[in-house]
Amino acid sequence: MLTLAGQNLLTPMILSFALGGLAALVRSDLSVPEAAAKTMALYLLFAIGFKGGVAVSKSGIDGQVLAALAAGIALSFVLPVVAFGLLRVMSRLSAVEAAAVAAHYGSISIVTFATASGILALRGIEAEGYMVAVSAAMESPAIITALWLASRSGQGRRAEPGLWREILLNGSIVLLVGAFAIGMITGPDGMAKVEAFVVAPWQGVLCLFLLDMGLVAGRGLRGARGIIGAGLVAFGVVMPMIGAAAGLGAALVLGLSLGGTVLMMVLAASASYIAVPAAMRVALPEANPSVALTLSLGITFPFNLVFGIPAYIAVAEAIVGG
Amino acid sequence: MQTYTAKRVEILIEAPMESRLTAALTAAGVKGFSVLPVLGGAGQSGRWSAEGQIGRAGMVAVICLIAPERLEVLLDAAFGVVERHIGLINVTDAQVIRKARF
Repeated sequence: MLTLAGQNLLTPMILSFALGGLAALVRSDLSVPEAAAKTMALYLLFAIGFKGGVAVSKSGIDGQVLAALAAGIALSFVLPVVAFGLLRVMSRLSAVEAAAVAAHYGSISIVTFATASGILALRGIEAEGYMVAVSAAMESPAIITALWLASRSGQGRRAEPGLWREILLNGSIVLLVGAFAIGMITGPDGMAKVEAFVVAPWQGVLCLFLLDMGLVAGRGLRGARGIIGAGLVAFGVVMPMIGAAAGLGAALVLGLSLGGTVLMMVLAASASYIAVPAAMRVALPEANPSVALTLSLGITFPFNLVFGIPAYIAVAEAIVGG
Repeated sequence: MQTYTAKRVEILIEAPMESRLTAALTAAGVKGFSVLPVLGGAGQSGRWSAEGQIGRAGMVAVICLIAPERLEVLLDAAFGVVERHIGLINVTDAQVIRKARF
């Protein structure tokens, strides 16, 4: 298992991320222009959504798809409760701050999902195309749980008007779901027309995007001192493993393939740093935003990329079989 | 050249709250404002930088010039939004040339 995990580490994606992280930690002036990073993010979301839609157009929507969606939504609702409990034990965060952090851990990181998809593709492991739809479905339920957890403490308030529209129409969700729908509608014929754009360059663009994410995570890690203590760092590592175990359980119940099992583990293990932070700033402004962002981006994201994904693949191969 | 006294109000607020703030200002009768990006800074929540911020994150500065007699209404509207959030409101005296615009 360790050999397999080691092999997964030495992929262009993980090494690009490591390069970015290292450059940030040694204070290199290497940077990716903001507009370029946003363009790459748009491309990756479109490509991953489109490919997932095309895969579903071939297999069709059946009970298995609906069950996977339901399992993903259930995980997103439940994981924040686990995260909240752990945070209250492992740190001195207030109930509101713990609820805000917990929301990040119930939601997902689409970049971690994309990286895992890329590594699976490199290894020739197929995954269910509808896992893209599961990722989109898992973006928001955690926010509801977090608001409930905060209100139980007596510190939360009613959601601001317009908050749900902003969460559900978040740009990344709209693009992912929209590209998925386009892929599903146009199917293999559509894929034949845009294949040169959405398939061939994908791995290379992901490498460059992960270089930027490495820079961002490295800077976050550099600034972590004074913001998060040892208990929170431990939480940032333990929580993804708990999430991955829950994802594995769900995948086994659903009977997902090896690739689908890995992606379900990755979704449950990852923490949001795009959709949820903005929602939490509007809904729970009393929570210090630095804590959740440093944890999800500076600790959990690099942990998942460097150690988590290889380990999740190795565990899934050992249990589900390759 | 003839100039007139006005108030320059600068509101630093979290980027996700920008639309709520500008809506409140418009509802309070503010005729115009400018929204500027904030590159970074330090405050009660620690040091931060816009570099590497993902999505609708970080801070923005909303700047408006108004006639002194309308300052109180503007501040009430702005504080209603900023109160619970990370932010800063400051007011300075300014001189404007076209009084009717403010």
